[in-house]
Amino acid sequence: MFGLKEYRVAQSLDQADQLLHEHKNNVILGGLLWMRMGRKNYHTGIDLSQLGLDRILETEEAIEIGCMTRLRQIETSGILDACFGRVLADAVSHIVGVQFRNAATMGGSVFSRFSFSDVVTALLALETHVHLYRGGILPLETFLESSPQRDILVKLSLKKKAWKTSYQSHRMTATDFPVLAAAISCCEDRWRISLGARPSRAKLATKAAALLPKKPDAAQIAAACDQVVEEMSFGGNQRGTREYREILAKVLVKRGVEAVCR
Amino acid sequence: MRIVNTAVPKVDAMALVTGKPVYTDDLAPKNCLIVKLLRSPHAFAKICDMDTAVAAQMPGIACVITHRDVPRHRFTMAGQSYPEPSPYDRLILDQIVRYVGDPVAIVAGTTEKEVEKAMREITVSYEVFEPVLDPEKALDHPSVIHPEKDWHVNFDIGSQVERNLCCSGGFESGDTGAEFSASDVIVDEVYHVKANSQAMMETFRTYTYLDHNNRLTIVTSTQIPFHIRQIAARALGIPKQNIRVIKPRIGAGFGAKQTLISELFPAIVTLTTGKPAKIVFDRTESFIGSTSRHEMIIRVKVGADKEGKLLAIHLHTLSNTGAYGEHAPTTVGLSGHKTLPLYNKAKACKFSYQVVYTNTMSAGAFRGYGATQGTFALESAMNELAAKLGMDPLTLRLKNLLEEGEILTAYHGEKLNSCALEACIQKGREMIGWEKKFPCVRISDTKVRAVGAAITMQGSSIPNIDMAAVEVRLQDDAYYTLMIGATDMGTGCDTILAQIAAECLECELDKIIVSGVDTDHSPYDTGSYASSTTFLTGMAVVKACERLKGKIIRAAGLRLKTDPAALAFDGRAIFNDNEKDDEKNRINLDDLAKSLVVGAGHCLSATASHSSPVSPPPFMAGFVEIEMDLETGKTHVIDYVGVVDCGTPINPNLARLQTEGGIVQGIGMALFEDITYGKTGKMMNNSFMQYKIPSRLDLGEIRVAFQSSYEPAGPFGAKSIGEVVINTPAPAIAHAITNACGIHLRTLPMTAENILMKIREKQ
Amino acid sequence: MQISCDINGKAYTRHIEPDLVLIDFLRDLGFLSLKQGCDTTNCGLCTVWVDGTPRLSCAMLAAGIQGRQITTIEGVEKEAAAFGQFLAAQGADQCGFCSPGFIMNVLAMERELTDPSDDQIKHYLAGNLCRCTGYAGQMRAITLYLGARKGELSCE
Repeated sequence: MFGLKEYRVAQSLDQADQLLHEHKNNVILGGLLWMRMGRKNYHTGIDLSQLGLDRILETEEAIEIGCMTRLRQIETSGILDACFGRVLADAVSHIVGVQFRNAATMGGSVFSRFSFSDVVTALLALETHVHLYRGGILPLETFLESSPQRDILVKLSLKKKAWKTSYQSHRMTATDFPVLAAAISCCEDRWRISLGARPSRAKLATKAAALLPKKPDAAQIAAACDQVVEEMSFGGNQRGTREYREILAKVLVKRGVEAVCR
Repeated sequence: MRIVNTAVPKVDAMALVTGKPVYTDDLAPKNCLIVKLLRSPHAFAKICDMDTAVAAQMPGIACVITHRDVPRHRFTMAGQSYPEPSPYDRLILDQIVRYVGDPVAIVAGTTEKEVEKAMREITVSYEVFEPVLDPEKALDHPSVIHPEKDWHVNFDIGSQVERNLCCSGGFESGDTGAEFSASDVIVDEVYHVKANSQAMMETFRTYTYLDHNNRLTIVTSTQIPFHIRQIAARALGIPKQNIRVIKPRIGAGFGAKQTLISELFPAIVTLTTGKPAKIVFDRTESFIGSTSRHEMIIRVKVGADKEGKLLAIHLHTLSNTGAYGEHAPTTVGLSGHKTLPLYNKAKACKFSYQVVYTNTMSAGAFRGYGATQGTFALESAMNELAAKLGMDPLTLRLKNLLEEGEILTAYHGEKLNSCALEACIQKGREMIGWEKKFPCVRISDTKVRAVGAAITMQGSSIPNIDMAAVEVRLQDDAYYTLMIGATDMGTGCDTILAQIAAECLECELDKIIVSGVDTDHSPYDTGSYASSTTFLTGMAVVKACERLKGKIIRAAGLRLKTDPAALAFDGRAIFNDNEKDDEKNRINLDDLAKSLVVGAGHCLSATASHSSPVSPPPFMAGFVEIEMDLETGKTHVIDYVGVVDCGTPINPNLARLQTEGGIVQGIGMALFEDITYGKTGKMMNNSFMQYKIPSRLDLGEIRVAFQSSYEPAGPFGAKSIGEVVINTPAPAIAHAITNACGIHLRTLPMTAENILMKIREKQ
Repeated sequence: MQISCDINGKAYTRHIEPDLVLIDFLRDLGFLSLKQGCDTTNCGLCTVWVDGTPRLSCAMLAAGIQGRQITTIEGVEKEAAAFGQFLAAQGADQCGFCSPGFIMNVLAMERELTDPSDDQIKHYLAGNLCRCTGYAGQMRAITLYLGARKGELSCE
């Protein structure tokens, strides 16, 4: 059982930030799904639920997703569908069940930098920026590579563009973590290929993406798939070996690119 | 038949679907001490020193119990009739720990937090030994898992404990050597079934208290209340008569609760402190600290002539019982005895086995109980043989199938009195569309659909050992109470037995009240396992009801001053059988029942016990259609057809549900369920996050049909159904995988990765 | 700390520990329908509604329900029984241990989705595990129940 000495509902981000830095064992509460499985003893848990951060907003240039937005909102959002296709919905819809997705937050999913994350894999294929209360605004790629800091992930912003997208994953069972996940996008003639659960953290295959023209033929797709395995590292864990993941990577990327082309 | 063979809802249904507090933890008093277990982090070690002084003094802590404080009588936790065939190799806490998770200390206190805090203050030093983790290396391993002098068996089970051999044995009928020499075609392969978790939704839980007579009461989620009483008495060193066991509604078992798991820990706390105590295993403990299916490595050799006539079968099973020998000698037996009889026509057959100890969690009972493992092996071999012969696999079956009236050599010489397996095969073949779909249909560049099949049998109760008693009482408003010792675990036996009673007593179902199990009040029953309840306890109900009817008629004869031989009973009244209008010689049951409890009345009650000299096998033919993604290996069951001969289904809905549930468990076993241990013996998948059971998205259609034979030894022709239903999916799916892409997978589970890697290996 | 909330239409104010998990809070108040089947948010047995939305009560703090409305199966007993009859008519209640959480999610689904297809139903309920039934009987019960709600069929 994890422990918590105090529970505070933040009235402002300022206050939340102050509370977070008051004690090294203070913590921002997300969906609580992972935290309750741990055995850690925290001092103060900080609840952000009263700050209106559970919304998906559309601005001129971007879609903004508040950190307390639940995965189920992502799954059912018309705005996200309209801007990005089904990539985000497809990425989250396998995750455990509706009740779980009604709890899990986008902030928690991204801030924790989970290596198996469907959410991060999909967001990487879009141009996503992470808004940190102290750390400012930075591209998701940069955030994922930076070492964890004590900060508050306030929201995510996703560039609105003429995206065409596809999400592909392979799982041992329908609601399990992915053995491998791939998100593919194309905007104008620029491709993005994101691979997650390799089993390490999601990453973009930039060289492979650069090999793809606007309308790739079969040989060009195959070359890009080979390049994905070339430039990215894969590993083994309980859900699959490195060899199998390398095979899957080619299959999922091929299918993703073909889906985007359709 | 009015009520037997009808699909009435379960008698407890409305309580369950409205969330009524009817399970063990719902009933536990709030003042129970909370009991938790400190468990071994090592797979094999000796406890050298242990300091519990600090923990014992901490706030809220009632007691800390270690191996120094427990009785020294070795026992088995396997729920089996005395004298149990499983070796006595356990203590409540032992100085030697034999798997990661073996209990080291029992801590009880007022709250969970206090107990957890105290557990962190216990220091233990271990002398760590090299663990035995691979069953194929267990025999004669330098590490001897049970070196203790007081290791005990009740009778010879072929053990050589100093070699880590828990038991061994076998038999031969005919001359297999000669028949293999005469065979034109031989298949000789090794099949590997891994350990699986029963994973019932309600984890293990028990609470205990001393009653006003200072007797120990154990309320627990179990399939075996009477065996609990027997084992607890031995383990705790107190007389049986000082123990009472109560079984409330339970959240399923699948065999997991045919072994003592959580019971002794609160019991010893209650005996030590005098206070009520409760333990609730969390899911992780439920995975790591209970029992699993026995991992079995089975070599099958089958020989046939060119026409496909079977000449010889040899099955050799190496079974892994883990750290303790619960159900070790019995499960392994079923891998041969409940598979070989299917091919009773084979001229010779041989079965041999060894069961070894290893430093993994003890194996135990799990639906199918060894037959499941044996069926995967033998049915896979049969499908491989058919392919080698160039023969349709169903034709091969039909050519060699056992038939009614045969003496089953490999089934203890029992005569087969009921069998509709051939009809099951024909019906299933039609339902799945075998002619059109066998072996496969390519549906796109990357996808193929294929079919596969397997057949199976189980038993119905353990002959001459299982015993069921029931009591039926006529109450004073012309309703009956049915007292049983069989345990409904969600399967619906309370309902099924009530249906049988209502049929016999010619009354409506709601006139039968079924009592839960309480060893102080319920008649003895070995428990709900070995597919025994409907068949065995059901027959006891038939007998008891017949006796009660006789008593009712005799009592009416006394009232009416008539010779009872002339009277009949139709459920509502007792009357002159020859002259229905004879109002003078007619009494309503209601009037009779009321009059019997006044003055010089005579309460009517009948008991009956039943055991069976035979264990009539139910049969099933399983057919699967899969869709395989040839690029990823991903294989999805899109259609599963199960055709079952369980004799007369007493409640067709509940029989169907058993079948559907068993098939789905079998699909999980076939495709992804797999208990794995790390290098140091730690279980890697000890949660529902890592050990996946099928969700509703992992399945296609499941279709069930019945082809009923009539079993003369069973109530209204019934046999069992609970276990036979889990056996076919693994071999049928393995067969379909072969038919889809030409590979043979002989190790479970058949994951997408295993499939794809094998395909690539072949290319 | 102190919290006030509404459970099944009744107001409760209680002193609690900040790390008290919702399921333990509710069971302690006597809502014993709630069951815990895992420790990893995978089984769905502990499903309750928070402000009408199905949530896992094993993965929420009681502290987080300040001012909110909690519904357990005890609070929708009539509806649960109405659907439960369909489940029982199939024999698909079986051991019943997963029933309260499952039924709460079925009733939530009924509120959230209009005329769901079989695939949508399976998808919505995928987080509710059951080891007894193999799910097929549950599906028959749901189909018949939803049909009956539209006036088409009965539970027979």
